[in-house]
Amino acid sequence: MKKHYNIAIVGGGPAGTTAARFATSQGASVVVLERDREIGVPVRCAEGISKEGLTKYVDINPNWIAGTITDFGFISPSGKMVVFHSPTIGYILHRRLFDHALAEIAADMGAEIYTKAYVHGLRRDGSKTTLYLRHIGTETEVEADIVIAADGIESRIAHLAGFNTKLSPKDVEPCAQMQLANIDVNPNRGDFYLSNNWAPGGYVWAFPKGENTANVGLGISGKYAGNKSALEYLKDFVAEKFPKASILTTTAGGVPVAKALDKLVGDGLMVIGDAAHQVNPLTGGGISTAMAAGKMAGSVAASAVKDKDISAKRLSEYQKQWDKTIGKDIKRLYRLKEWAINLTDTDYEDIARSLDGLTPEQVTLVKIFKQAVKKKPSLVIDVLKVFAGF
Amino acid sequence: MVIVNEKICDLCGTCVAVCPVDCIELTEFDLIINDEICIRCNICIKMCPFAALTSKTSEV
Ligand SMILES: Cc1cc2nc3c(=O)[nH]c(=O)nc-3n(C[C@H](O)[C@H](O)[C@H](O)COP(=O)(O)OP(=O)(O)OC[C@H]3O[C@@H](n4cnc5c(N)ncnc54)[C@H](O)[C@@H]3O)c2cc1C
Repeated sequence: MKKHYNIAIVGGGPAGTTAARFATSQGASVVVLERDREIGVPVRCAEGISKEGLTKYVDINPNWIAGTITDFGFISPSGKMVVFHSPTIGYILHRRLFDHALAEIAADMGAEIYTKAYVHGLRRDGSKTTLYLRHIGTETEVEADIVIAADGIESRIAHLAGFNTKLSPKDVEPCAQMQLANIDVNPNRGDFYLSNNWAPGGYVWAFPKGENTANVGLGISGKYAGNKSALEYLKDFVAEKFPKASILTTTAGGVPVAKALDKLVGDGLMVIGDAAHQVNPLTGGGISTAMAAGKMAGSVAASAVKDKDISAKRLSEYQKQWDKTIGKDIKRLYRLKEWAINLTDTDYEDIARSLDGLTPEQVTLVKIFKQAVKKKPSLVIDVLKVFAGF
Repeated sequence: MVIVNEKICDLCGTCVAVCPVDCIELTEFDLIINDEICIRCNICIKMCPFAALTSKTSEV
């Protein structure tokens, strides 16, 4: 590890390694510091992503594609299933291999990546920032012109850097997930179970990873958290729906379902990915948005270094790009999420019933959501804007 | 004070994200709660996906 880099990135998830790739490709010297012993492990993710959300940022490699999704199933509290044929293909990833691949691409371009490198302090001083870290047990320091905080939902480093990353409970979904084996699943259909008995204010997902195995997990709204943990909800669900399953993994996780931060840059500082709440607040999907932000921030950071201007003003180019693209959608999706966490089981049944008799080709997300927001017509525009084409 | 049950904690960091006073730190291998900063709001306890956190009144 050197003493100084143009850009130091805290966190080796998709946000951090994508930023590293785009910054090194423009000639900046870059280091990525990852706390865990291995990039991409543990996997705290259902591993679903749309083809478009993936291929915009990386070429597909069959090694890390676990399966292809062509349909979605929505299951109502009473067990009624509405199948929706997706016009765009989705993939289920092997996140461990995928995160490795993103790191390898960045490393091939010249980024230095370190694991077991836990950053615990940050000091901004004139035109540089010092990071204090423990690397395999040894205390050390790294200096950088620009620090990019890509430290995930915890965002402790982003917060130390002055970003307002604190999440209120209603803007977080505590999650639990198991990889189940020996279960009967359609390998090309991703299922969503909707009931406040299964997952209040959230949903249960069952995303197939091949023939007889799936990521089955759930998130509950932080608004309803406290009496029963996400894990307890999941155990009950699995006992009800997949009583014979073998459980290959059990993991916890949190998803920010918040508005994106107002301020994404400071002098010599940037924040990206989950740390910046750059997640679709309705679905909890954040892999693609993390890569999007990584690409924008990495490119802007490298050109700012080249121009020897690392001021917040210069770096705000990243924020401008974000705000006028994905940032806009996230605002709409946030309004939908604020409404969706209050849906009752009767609402879910009504929606399922209203779509009864339609073929999977006839069901569209716009139809589902238009039906769902009937009682709140002010949201119809948001629905049309974010789901047009689906 | 808030106690971590290390046998249950999955080191996911959700508690760190919601702590309003930044008194929780997730290192390479453990979760540390700084009781001097903690304001006993118990948000971390409620939000833990695995119910690994509990509050304990200190016995003096
Ligand atoms: C249960 C669950 C299911 C999900 N399912 C999906 C899904 O199906 N599809 C989808 O698109 N998204 C999903 N998501 C969201 C998705 O996983 C995240 O949005 C995505 O991983 C964000 O990428 P990131 O790089 O910002 O953060 P992360 O992937 O969380 O990476 C952050 C990294 O920073 C490291 N770090 C943190 N602090 C420090 C420090 N102080 N020093 C050094 N390193 C540090 C962490 O160890 C971590 O590796 C899910 C999330 C959860 C919890």
